[in-house]
Amino acid sequence: MAAVPIVLDFTVQQGSFTLEIHERFEAQAVALFGPSGAGKTTVLDSIAGLRRPAAGAIAVGGRVLFDSDRQLDLSPPLRRVGYVPQDVALFPHMNVRRNIFYGNGRGESTSPDEVLRLLELAPLADRDVAGLSGGERQRVAIARALMSSPDILLLDEPLAAVEQSLRERILPYIERVRDELGTPLVYVSHSLDEVRRIADRIIMIEAGQVVESMVG
Amino acid sequence: MSSELLRVVMFSVVMAVLATAVMLPPGIALAWILARRSFPGRTVVETLVSLPLVLPPVATGLILLRLLGRRGLVGRWLDQLGIDVVFTWKAVVIAMAVMGLPLLVRAARSGFEQVDRRYEQIAATLGATPSRVFLTISLPLASRGVLAGAVLGFSRALGEFGATVMIAGTLPGTRTMSTSIYAYTQTGQDTAATALLAAAGVTAFAAVFVSNRLSATPS
Repeated sequence: MAAVPIVLDFTVQQGSFTLEIHERFEAQAVALFGPSGAGKTTVLDSIAGLRRPAAGAIAVGGRVLFDSDRQLDLSPPLRRVGYVPQDVALFPHMNVRRNIFYGNGRGESTSPDEVLRLLELAPLADRDVAGLSGGERQRVAIARALMSSPDILLLDEPLAAVEQSLRERILPYIERVRDELGTPLVYVSHSLDEVRRIADRIIMIEAGQVVESMVG
Repeated sequence: MSSELLRVVMFSVVMAVLATAVMLPPGIALAWILARRSFPGRTVVETLVSLPLVLPPVATGLILLRLLGRRGLVGRWLDQLGIDVVFTWKAVVIAMAVMGLPLLVRAARSGFEQVDRRYEQIAATLGATPSRVFLTISLPLASRGVLAGAVLGFSRALGEFGATVMIAGTLPGTRTMSTSIYAYTQTGQDTAATALLAAAGVTAFAAVFVSNRLSATPS
């Protein structure tokens, strides 16, 4: 697995809450670790272009997504970021297949067969999303994000909504994505065990401030 | 029912269908804009859209007459193109559409407001352009509100009287069920008026019945 240069150097102002992150590093899998309300999701939203930082720069693999000095702010469709939000947000009016293929066609680097095989989703393809278990929903959301050929995959607490007994079964899927597809990850969690297992760079955030950044 | 009465009923239904088709594109656009965008003058737009609900329909009709009449702001221009609107079937459609629009916008707007923004945001991160997000996510997820609004707008159009009588009159070629009931009563043709009343009742019942069936069936 190859590390990519990542720049997360920005400030977000949200009412009385301020998020400050000033990190430049090379990593294959970054973990944002910290208590709820620390600002982890705000970091992901900023990378995806769903929230505009007050100032700073965001870049992935040398591609600049946001730079306030250069007045550059790519819109979400142009960012090539695969986002799996905490609530998963599978489109309720589409079946599994239509969800997975929604973003397909943006690039050719990810093969649908490869994604379906990695996440073992072929048997679920014609199911309605309403009937899926927590773990299945998570895998469908990861597949949907991967199918858009992202430069980076953002995972917001992917195991939070999954029963304890299933967590051990989801983690290997995420490790496969990291290792076999080589897609860089940003992984948000408040479990140190998961973070240690997944990440080669750990950023600890508390109350909007980075308290520690270390190689995992 | 005589063929004349049947013709009036058919004419009303066709005009109301056309009016619904005319009000849908601007109605859906307005509903989406009011649900999803903030801009200067938003409250003014909101108020203008709802105005036909509050103004006496006859007053709305008078405004339309001033706008679309041969010497009106829009009518003058249409006249040069050789398009005559006032006192034709086109005036019936316009009156119905203007009167039905506020109801369509209200229901469709609440439909759009109920769509979780997260779905639209995630679709955008997957590479969907704003128009694709609208067509594949927002509109299908708001379809119940839009459909309910279309049925309400259609029903309002079907029963419309005040604005229609102002810009379309009660000429043989522009008579709807409402304006015919009025005209027949004025000229003492009580049997015809009663027959139309029954027809109006049946049509209204069918419209409400269909709308209730639509909202009861899961999409």
